[in-house]
Amino acid sequence: MKELQELAQSVEQGQVQKVSGLTQQLLDSGVSPQTVLNDGLIAGMTVVGEKMRSGEMYLPEVLQSASAMHGSLKILKPHLVREGAQSRGKIMVGTVKGDMHDIGKNLVSIMLQGAGFDIVDLGLNVPPQKFVEAITAHQPAILGLSAMLTTTMLNMKTTIEAINAAGLRSNVKVIIGGAPVSQKFADEIGADGYARDAVLAVDKVKQLLGVTA
Amino acid sequence: MSVSFRALSVPDPSGLMFGRAPKPVSCGFGLELGKGQVYPELNFTLPTMVLDESNWAAVVAHYEEIGTSIQRAAKRLKLPGLMVEFELLPPMTEHPSWGAEITAILHRHLKQAHKDFGLPCALRVTPTDIRDVTRPPDLRSGKPVEALLQSFEQCAAAGADVLSIESVGAKEVHDEALLYGDLDGVIFALGVLAPRDMDFLWKKIVTVCSSHKVVPGADSACGFANTAMQLSSQGMLPEVLAAVVRAASAVRSLVAYECGALGPSKDCAYEGPILKAITGTPIAMEGKSASCAHFSPVGNVAAAMCDLWSNESVQNVRLLSGPAPEAYLELLAYDCRLFNQALKSGTERAYQDLLVESDVHLSPQAYILSPISTGRIASAIVKESSHYAMTLAAARESVLILREAGQKKELDLNSREIEWLERISRDLDALPVDEQQLLVSMQERYGHLFSAASYGL
Repeated sequence: MKELQELAQSVEQGQVQKVSGLTQQLLDSGVSPQTVLNDGLIAGMTVVGEKMRSGEMYLPEVLQSASAMHGSLKILKPHLVREGAQSRGKIMVGTVKGDMHDIGKNLVSIMLQGAGFDIVDLGLNVPPQKFVEAITAHQPAILGLSAMLTTTMLNMKTTIEAINAAGLRSNVKVIIGGAPVSQKFADEIGADGYARDAVLAVDKVKQLLGVTA
Repeated sequence: MSVSFRALSVPDPSGLMFGRAPKPVSCGFGLELGKGQVYPELNFTLPTMVLDESNWAAVVAHYEEIGTSIQRAAKRLKLPGLMVEFELLPPMTEHPSWGAEITAILHRHLKQAHKDFGLPCALRVTPTDIRDVTRPPDLRSGKPVEALLQSFEQCAAAGADVLSIESVGAKEVHDEALLYGDLDGVIFALGVLAPRDMDFLWKKIVTVCSSHKVVPGADSACGFANTAMQLSSQGMLPEVLAAVVRAASAVRSLVAYECGALGPSKDCAYEGPILKAITGTPIAMEGKSASCAHFSPVGNVAAAMCDLWSNESVQNVRLLSGPAPEAYLELLAYDCRLFNQALKSGTERAYQDLLVESDVHLSPQAYILSPISTGRIASAIVKESSHYAMTLAAARESVLILREAGQKKELDLNSREIEWLERISRDLDALPVDEQQLLVSMQERYGHLFSAASYGL
């Protein structure tokens, strides 16, 4: 459908007002909100993700596209809720206890939102027990843990142990990221995945949730 | 105490030379900086381990081992001088006595080295800025602020010779603005908010230093310009944006000197050459021999005007040769022998040219750190009188420098970088002359991220 392609292109170009306008037009013309979301917004953001990965787009341009998508989602959300549409998945993120670095974690949140996931951000310096309580309250599909220091990365292990002890581990997958960590470390502490950067974090989340687009 | 810099201490860029600074600094056990020699500055951190009370003995053992290996390497390498930097980890600042205990250990090792084989040396101690533990950060009151100030006090009493910090005031706004490529927000953070926090914090640091007869070193725009540098190295931001942020960040770092800091600047403050041109004080820099900590596109040019040459940070792990800090001290020692031989033989200009020319044509971030570029940016800064105007002037001058370099084919800027440079230029030109006008619009845009009270607003 031509209008959906135009919507996807407008998302890619970060045209905030045009994206909102097209979203309303499509809804008015009877296109289902789920189709607008999947074939317009997410299709556009998928191209954006690919362009960022290939070095054709910088982050501010990606975020402009994400802003355009969020504007559209404000219009779309009530319709999606009415139709009982399923979220792509809820992702919870946080920087572990003792660590006050959050720009990487924030970047991952933004990129995941851009890919259509719902985010619960617990902030920085988050103790294991707070993660446990938040998992119980929000029931995310995936928990993303961030750390930047060699002396705080072990708190990822402590956090996973606390989730295990609370009997919640089978309910949530855990991925990790941050300068000092690696796939090897993820394996050692029993995480389900590791991502080197925000783009790869989106890939990892999609892979773990079986999302193809 | 408040100093205004209205003229350059080094007016001619050809006077910006490694090992020489018009206002030398004496510190510690007879270490004299900026008087014709470049010395290593060794920095280190813990390997992957738990850092808490239960594991404190293991933490102490690491620093004892590092101290011993420093003594051994300094003697073996016949070092003419050495600065050791102890950067506290967050819990060591949250518990000021912990940081003080490690300070005392390192002080003891340096004192021993000075006594045993006459090593001129000093200990720089850098508490972590832990004030941003909440969002928005409360930068002027609360437990983290009290702990930070106590940490300065106790480390000074325990044997620090120089105190520094990588302060983070306005980072909460700058991070967001940077990610969105929002120059209004970047300049607001660097030119309006950050100088206010620097003024608040550095007056307190200088007071502590005065009471303990410790040298107030300097601050670093690490949380700002190095964040931009790292994001650009990952392909997330244009390099020209990172370069402009670097130039603009020099002003917030300059505020430390206005409050009484004497240098040496912090190693990760790549804006150091601009500060040296303005203040005439010695600077620490890091480049190729800091790749143990992070990568950068400015490995050689960073060395062109340094007085201390640093490895930034290395974990205390075992390498084939020995402990990693000892291995990196050897690297730095050989780098410094080259600087010092060039100075001794009168070939320092040729050596500096090689360091500059090998990097500057490959990256905008390297180009703006050449002696000529830093001289131009420094000149633009001292012509202005408010921090906001100074920040704006530095940013605009860096845009001009990069545009001219592109036009002269001295810098290979691709079309996307050129587009961004012009976008940055337009955004800077559109900024109001009146700081208050910017403040009003930025409070609307970023008011949810910062507490006005943290900046005395």
